[in-house]
Amino acid sequence: MRELSKQQVRRMIAWRVAQELHDGDVVNLGIGLPSLVANETAKNMEILLQSENGLLGMDGLADSEHHDPNLVNAGGQPITAAIGACSFNSADSFAIIRGGHVDVSVLGALQVDELGNLANWIIPGKMVPGMGGAMDLVVGAQRVIVAMEHTNKGRPKLLTRCDLPLTAAKQVNLVVTELGVIEISGQGMLLRELAPGIDLETIQAHTEAKLHLADTLKTMPIPNDL
Amino acid sequence: MRKRIDAAQLRQLLSDNMRIMIGGFMANGAPEGLIDQVLAAGTKNITLISTDTGTPEKGSGRLIHAKRIAKLYASHIGTNPETGAQMNRGELEVELVPQGTLAERIRSAGAGLGGVLSPTGLGTPIAEGKRIIQVEGQDYILEPPLRADLALIRGSVVDTKGNVLYKGTTQNFNPLMATAAKTVVVEAEQIVEAGELLPEHIHTPGIYVDYIYQREQADA
Repeated sequence: MRELSKQQVRRMIAWRVAQELHDGDVVNLGIGLPSLVANETAKNMEILLQSENGLLGMDGLADSEHHDPNLVNAGGQPITAAIGACSFNSADSFAIIRGGHVDVSVLGALQVDELGNLANWIIPGKMVPGMGGAMDLVVGAQRVIVAMEHTNKGRPKLLTRCDLPLTAAKQVNLVVTELGVIEISGQGMLLRELAPGIDLETIQAHTEAKLHLADTLKTMPIPNDL
Repeated sequence: MRKRIDAAQLRQLLSDNMRIMIGGFMANGAPEGLIDQVLAAGTKNITLISTDTGTPEKGSGRLIHAKRIAKLYASHIGTNPETGAQMNRGELEVELVPQGTLAERIRSAGAGLGGVLSPTGLGTPIAEGKRIIQVEGQDYILEPPLRADLALIRGSVVDTKGNVLYKGTTQNFNPLMATAAKTVVVEAEQIVEAGELLPEHIHTPGIYVDYIYQREQADA
């Protein structure tokens, strides 16, 4: 596979995550790469996007013509609401999140380990932004998908055990990166798909945890135009 | 009972060392006019409860920037570099609370409950030193109620009885904080006569609201 730009890598990951969504799913997308998943869902599918600040039925970013100062996403950016959307307070918003009413939560990670532990909220001594809604989002969603680049400046992010403080224990179900698709199973990390042009040695070399092979290892589908 | 107050009456409600809750999410739905008055009054050594600290220029973060806050309860401080800087210098004590837990701690205080049991944070630093209680075979963290002396909230339309309607995503923590403080002041974007809002369109019942404040045109 030819070398992809950082933007193409992010799009490839977001597109692959979008293939995991089903018609009617209630989905929460984290900021950054996960938010790109919204652009990649099939047009004939209804996906209800939940915004933790209190909206179900987020449409997209508002242009200057449709700008409403009372309507923002979890990043504080002006948005538009889809037809049939509803708004609510933060207790209701997190009842939806924590109570199992979100089908899929997609978020980024600093580290994921083979138990499905996730670290993405703090680097002691360096970055202390706070967890915001991340701890609730990971505990409550039916399915947790981590969408991230496979390594951080060449250092593996898929580990035997996380060494950063955890966001949640044993909650991650699936990890999608530019190198492959990995399921967190009872046996550890199960490699389900390899990206085109990537071999087993390459992905294992960039992964600290031992990758087990799925019975039917597939080639990871990517968007036609990449 | 007449609930409308002006800036001078509002300042009478403020004192140093108070615990103040301030609504808003990334300053969306934040009572900027009330924050102006806390800044102008010089109130300091405040314990602030606010889900994030906005930015140094917007929302409750303006009080951090002006060094009025001694202790902060929040879920996210990353959008206001001043918060992290004061925390690292030891000038500001910060307790980070997961956002859903913060909402429920405030709600439980207002609802007369002894806190809530939440699975959020199990196996993380958030659970350290807290009581873990098992219910139906599941572990939960016992999270105590969180209340304040004063809640400063913002409503889009407020009637003269103090009933509040919030537009768009401006509800966030405002309706919860309205229930959990001894004194509650709502900053009204628009004030209407009682009866103009339909009862079923009201988000915050007026009984929770002690005072209604509207930014004067001159300082808007």
